[in-house]
Amino acid sequence: MSGAMIEISGLTAGYGSRPVLRDVDLTVNAGEFTGILGPNGSGKTTLIRALSGVLPPQAGSIRIAGDDIRALPPKARARRCATVPQKTQGLPGMRALDLVLMGRYPYATLLGGYGRADLERARAAMNETRCLHLQDRATDTLSGGELQRVVMAKALAQDTRLLLLDEAASNLDVARAMDLYELLRARNAGGLTVLTVAHDLNLAALYCQRLVFLKNGALVADGPTRDVFTAQTLSEIYDTTLFVAPHPLNGAPQAHLVPRP
Amino acid sequence: MDGPRRTRAWLLLAAAVPLSVYAALFFGSYPLPADAIHEALAAWLRGAAETQDLVIVRDIRLGRVLLSFLTGAALAVSGGVFQGLLRNPLADPFTLGISSGAACGAALALGLGWALPLPLAALAGAFAAMALVLALSRLAGDFSRESLVLGGIVVSTFLGAAIALIKSLNEESVSAIVFWIMGSFQGRGFEHVRLMLPYLLPGAAIVLALARELDILALGTEQAAQVGVAVGRVRIGLLIGAGMLTAAAVSVSGIIGFVGLVVPHLVRMLMGPSSRALLLFSALGGGILLLWSDVLARTILAHGAELPVGVLTALFGGPFFCLIMARGRRA
Repeated sequence: MSGAMIEISGLTAGYGSRPVLRDVDLTVNAGEFTGILGPNGSGKTTLIRALSGVLPPQAGSIRIAGDDIRALPPKARARRCATVPQKTQGLPGMRALDLVLMGRYPYATLLGGYGRADLERARAAMNETRCLHLQDRATDTLSGGELQRVVMAKALAQDTRLLLLDEAASNLDVARAMDLYELLRARNAGGLTVLTVAHDLNLAALYCQRLVFLKNGALVADGPTRDVFTAQTLSEIYDTTLFVAPHPLNGAPQAHLVPRP
Repeated sequence: MDGPRRTRAWLLLAAAVPLSVYAALFFGSYPLPADAIHEALAAWLRGAAETQDLVIVRDIRLGRVLLSFLTGAALAVSGGVFQGLLRNPLADPFTLGISSGAACGAALALGLGWALPLPLAALAGAFAAMALVLALSRLAGDFSRESLVLGGIVVSTFLGAAIALIKSLNEESVSAIVFWIMGSFQGRGFEHVRLMLPYLLPGAAIVLALARELDILALGTEQAAQVGVAVGRVRIGLLIGAGMLTAAAVSVSGIIGFVGLVVPHLVRMLMGPSSRALLLFSALGGGILLLWSDVLARTILAHGAELPVGVLTALFGGPFFCLIMARGRRA
């Protein structure tokens, strides 16, 4: 895998007269597993919304696999890029399988329904996120973790080469969060480009090859995890003292909170 | 609901339609024995000479029965679309004031003598009311269920008064005003079926073609856009389709409330939220409900007098509306 999957140049985006992101440049190559970190309000979610095409840039451009996302029709965009939102609500009476099938929408023709191939693809995605046994359950009866796996399956069913996640692990307990990141790592090894907003620093440092830090709407650090995940960078970005030490088993950098004197 | 049960429900409703149409032929102000009705139907099929019975059965009864079925179907489908699109269980063409807009458009065209097909004038009125209600609801800050219905009440009360004014200025009788505000099928038949079909059929085709998008919009606009739904265009398409259905119904029957609220709500409870099934079942259910409501409306009073069918649907629908509101509060 090579070549640029995401090319952001001069991106200014936000709401009204006060943009959240200002003049951001970022290139993500195909096959990378990148984490986006930063304090609250730094523009992480805004970046994901702009990348997924739901928030039009106020200035600058975003290209996905070579094409400006504004020039791509919505379905073509959804065949290139899937998004797992921060929060999803179950819908009364809607079956989990039907929700996952919505991920096949970009492949549907105007009048044809979802075909056998779509059904198989949806079931395979549910199997991968270990929620196939929930396929006939109504989504409003699922727990937060179960629903998250169903929504993840919907994104995988979109069959894209790029997956965006917005703090997808934030409502999950430790084991479920590990499940999610292990799945992302396996998919990434298979060629999927992953860009995830993370709120758990250590989880991101454990799995992401590259980290991008945002602060106050600007990109403030970017590089391979071992290079940028340092005590100095983290302490500056988060405005509190953090200590970084290697993980005892695999040497990945891990952050430790330091109580203030 | 699973496949076999859905198929059974589908067959049941599909069989109930011709049976209802047939059974409804037996009710009317002029007493006709069953033999005479069968004879008239047979004469019609043979293409025999016109008799008085044949004219009653075909032109007066069958035309009206079909019209009430199609109107009920149109109202229920457009109600289903509005409920899904606005994610609001209290939405329907009546509560949103869209029926009043359509009626006001039609009344205006009639009053001013515009050479405009009635459903087209109703359509213009429906869209104007729709825009007004959505704007009012946005003014109140959000598209919450209460603010939408509140906007609908304001708009429909105002437009109801406007209809009464237009009619009064044209020195028309109170009954003409009542016809538009409390809809009725009195004296209506095939001619009106022909009038509504050019708006009903395309409207139904549009909303059915967009049923899958309507399902996905239930996730919210952002997630819908992320799986590739052209949210803006789909919304406008659905509003146009549902507006056409409302206009088709109102231009032949006046304002009939609550059919569009009650039917999709019940269907959703029984069938689950899949939009395509919801809209199809609502069409059949709404048609059957209004057909029988109309039979009741024209037989319930003694001495051949008629109750406007809109009075009946409001009498039954009002309490139902309260029930949905109470359920929503608890949830």
